Amino acid sequence: MTNHWIDIKNSDCILIMGSNAAENHPISFKYVTKAMEKGAKLISVDPRFTRTSSKADIYAPLRSGTDIAFLGGMIKYLLDNKLYNKEYTAAYTNAPFIVGKAFEFKDGLFSGYKKNEEGPSLGSYDKSKWAFEMDEKGIPKMDRTLKNKRSVFQLLKAHYSRYDLDKVSKVTGTPKQDLLKVYKTFAATGATGKAGTIMYAMGWTQHTVGTQIIRAMAMIQLLLGNMGVAGGGVNALRGESNVQGSTDHCLLWHIWPGYLKTPRASNTSLDTYNAKWTPRTNDPLSANWWGNYPKYSVSMLKSFFGENARKSNQFGYNWLPKVDDGKAYSWFDIFDAMYKGDVKGFFAWGQNPACSGSNAAKVRKAMENLDWMVNVNIFDNETGSFWKGPGKDPSKIRTEVFMLPAAVSVEKEGSITNSGRWMQWRYQGPKPLGNSRPDGDIIMELGRLLKKEYKTSGGVFQDPILNLKWDYETNGAYDPHKAAKEVNGYFTKDVKVKGKLCKKGTLVPSFAWLQADGSTSSGNWLYCNSYTEKGNMSARRSKKDAPNNIGLYPEFAWCWPVNRRIIYNRASVDPKGRPWDKKDWVIKFAGDQKDGKYVSKKWIGDVPDGGWYPLENPDGSKRKDSKYPFIMRKHGHAQIFGPGRTDGPFPEHYEPLESPVEKNFFSSQRINPAAVVYTTKLDVYATCDPRFPFVGTTYRVSEHWQTGVMTRPQAWLMEMQPDMFVEMSKDLAKLRGIKNGERVNVTSARGTVECTAIVTKRFKPFSVGYATVHQVGVPWHYGWRWPATGKEESANLLTPPAGDPNTRIPETKAFMVNVTKL
Amino acid sequence: MSKSIFIDTTICTGCRGCQVACKQWHDLPAEKTKNMGSFQNPQDLSFKTYKLVRMNEEIINGRLEWLFFPDQCRHCIDAPCLETAFDENAIYRDTQTGAVIYTKVTRNLDADEIIGSCPYNIPRKAQDNTLAKCDLCSDRVHNGLKPACVTVCPSGAMQFGDRDRILSIAKKRLGKVKQKFSKAMLLNPEDVNVIYLVGFDPKLYADYAVASSDRGGLSRSVALRKMMGPFTRMMRV
Repeated sequence: MTNHWIDIKNSDCILIMGSNAAENHPISFKYVTKAMEKGAKLISVDPRFTRTSSKADIYAPLRSGTDIAFLGGMIKYLLDNKLYNKEYTAAYTNAPFIVGKAFEFKDGLFSGYKKNEEGPSLGSYDKSKWAFEMDEKGIPKMDRTLKNKRSVFQLLKAHYSRYDLDKVSKVTGTPKQDLLKVYKTFAATGATGKAGTIMYAMGWTQHTVGTQIIRAMAMIQLLLGNMGVAGGGVNALRGESNVQGSTDHCLLWHIWPGYLKTPRASNTSLDTYNAKWTPRTNDPLSANWWGNYPKYSVSMLKSFFGENARKSNQFGYNWLPKVDDGKAYSWFDIFDAMYKGDVKGFFAWGQNPACSGSNAAKVRKAMENLDWMVNVNIFDNETGSFWKGPGKDPSKIRTEVFMLPAAVSVEKEGSITNSGRWMQWRYQGPKPLGNSRPDGDIIMELGRLLKKEYKTSGGVFQDPILNLKWDYETNGAYDPHKAAKEVNGYFTKDVKVKGKLCKKGTLVPSFAWLQADGSTSSGNWLYCNSYTEKGNMSARRSKKDAPNNIGLYPEFAWCWPVNRRIIYNRASVDPKGRPWDKKDWVIKFAGDQKDGKYVSKKWIGDVPDGGWYPLENPDGSKRKDSKYPFIMRKHGHAQIFGPGRTDGPFPEHYEPLESPVEKNFFSSQRINPAAVVYTTKLDVYATCDPRFPFVGTTYRVSEHWQTGVMTRPQAWLMEMQPDMFVEMSKDLAKLRGIKNGERVNVTSARGTVECTAIVTKRFKPFSVGYATVHQVGVPWHYGWRWPATGKEESANLLTPPAGDPNTRIPETKAFMVNVTKL
Repeated sequence: MSKSIFIDTTICTGCRGCQVACKQWHDLPAEKTKNMGSFQNPQDLSFKTYKLVRMNEEIINGRLEWLFFPDQCRHCIDAPCLETAFDENAIYRDTQTGAVIYTKVTRNLDADEIIGSCPYNIPRKAQDNTLAKCDLCSDRVHNGLKPACVTVCPSGAMQFGDRDRILSIAKKRLGKVKQKFSKAMLLNPEDVNVIYLVGFDPKLYADYAVASSDRGGLSRSVALRKMMGPFTRMMRV
């Protein structure tokens, strides 16, 4: 989230699309309800009428996988009706930037496209074709009037001119009057002082165009001036209590702690690595915060390797594993490699791939190729027991499985970071049950034993293991405070920074103090400031609010970065530092002025995104000592044109890999030309295939969680949602002669899952083009291991082998199925 | 003063946290259920289920509405079940909370008569005819806590407190909700301690959302006994 949970209450219009917050984030409705009490409008856009829709002022259905068409239509509506916030757009976004002549868009393809015959990526772009035009100083050329034909703004207009109501409705299946109602209501938040927010989740990310759906929304939020303000932002509702934390600390293969880049093989030295990933700007008004990259990467190495990281050995950079250039190592790729026999050992730690992985039959087959698997979980699950699952012959599977019982979250101390980036300290409740142990203890011991083994028996490339600092223990047990301090970072010698003497071994006050010379350590620069000499910031529990009571609670827990509760907040003020919203303001400039000029520097409210002077003085003169508000962007401006994405600088509608539409109504490119599609013999798919005529999607319900490992053994929850089900419209049920409550088979090109039919008014057929398209939905909470009948199986046996090119997240939200009576 | 719960169904999201919290606090076993083609489960209140979120899909004014109704005992101001039982060892009113409490001794009552006396069709019997229903978590309330269902409600659809305060909150809220739901109403607010606010015709939420005239109330004999009550009690002494 750019904002945070409580902040939802400040919104004037809440769009819930790509998520079902009432069911899957029930607590969020405390704040949604508060906003509505104050008159906010709630919009729910979903293929199916949900518990969220039941509370909405406006519900609009859309066919799964057509969100970009829906949002593209909104962009066109804003531009055509001049409902965008022109002042904000011109001042803070890259709308005024002039795009180079090499950029073009023709019939669904951006310039620079090259097909990839080898797969799994279908193709890639030469992104240099999308570069901005630079002036003689190397600063992007801009036209703040937004009139230049090659400006981002005019290109945006041209791009979305094709997204008219008729076409959007034809693609999405959303009735035109519903589209208009949503567009009109959300557009009203473009007014100065109004804020609209978006609450999205996996309904947006899990598509072959997932990243671009979110980009489209971010563009809308920028056009409406909704970024950085209270009650605004782009808000990802995370599906697990600590998934934000685990992402920050490098859950994903391509990022290291604090969103540093995983080194590529071609980054042969620390200098090359830092040079490659440190962006540069010639614009004195751009803070270009990532220009500090080397300070963060070196501090991370110091944290990993301690005293062993020295300037002479590049702080241990060569001990880091490197990934091959151009190769991906995502979830999909790991199981693809395992399926092909290239992965021999596997830790399934707090997860259940046998049920959670898209195309789960392939995942289960892949596990047969393992020599060993360690299943670290609180219960045995379909993964640990895969060898005795449906259709498996245990006598033919040689994988050795070890089960390590883990302590549950309340049995251990530590922090979690919620969707709103709040790091919150939790204390131990009951002691771990039986032989179960906290994850920290398990991994500490594992590391210790590996070190011992490498030391005594040797082995290939021992240095990274032997040189690991690995001292986060007290009295032989994992110490969460030591780990948290390590993440924050220490001064590693006595140094003078900003004229102040910092003693060796003391905690670094914030990332502004980190250095690239080895004098500081920090396991994750983004969390530097969370555990300082003042104490554990995340354990704070003060209920003191911001001066205007907008729910910032700055001394409750701690929030990255540097306790900033709403990021991009310098865009919540005008160029003179005055809040757009006079009532629910986030920050305001409170420096002294003299003769129409600011003469002293002071901001009040939230921690500002950089404490520089505003861009302009009260008399309108420009200041040279200011910085543009979007400090994490190289050029200081938020990106309406996003030349960094793998699949294009503007979001464009493409059909899902499996869809009911033979020809994309927008172009000749049926699917995302850069999508990732796997190709083994278990990676089958079928599009526009009469055998699989209905759109399918997966989702969660309030009563279960994830693959159900924690909820399926819980009798009270099973009482409420006992069986795998499929929801469908009355029309579809009639078509197939299915009665409510009957058992049916749901089949895709990859498998069949038995379900109980819920025939409901909440699903309606879509009118797509000239055809009627039916959609069904299945929850992904079940698995054969429990309930004991073994009949309630995972929805992921149905889901497709394709993913988004930027993230490789699977397209589990749109695929094709058939539904038949048992 | 008796305690009351206000349940505002216009902001209830049907998450069913209340349903589980009730089972957890009372340590009630789960029922063996089957998906019958709806999210609602169990299908009805039972000896093991005191609180049940009823779910109905209705087209109202051309718009689909998914109605949630967390059904439970209303703890009537004049409770027909209590009058009908006429045995304070079986059914009594807790003086501190005003809750109508059933004891094990209910198994000596005519269970069907008690159930039949409830205008909201709430009590349920076990095989041995013992009766059970919501007890307003009076053990929690005696110890300064709110009922379990109210405590867990994430959207704030449930509030708990002294009857006067709750009734005034409910009335104030009705005024506000009417702007959006013109047919909104409180259900028998003067007769019950669990006061529901609904946005539409109460019949659409549950068969017995409002006191039903075709059931419940007092049978002739009970009414007569009630009339004779003071006299009878005198006789007992």
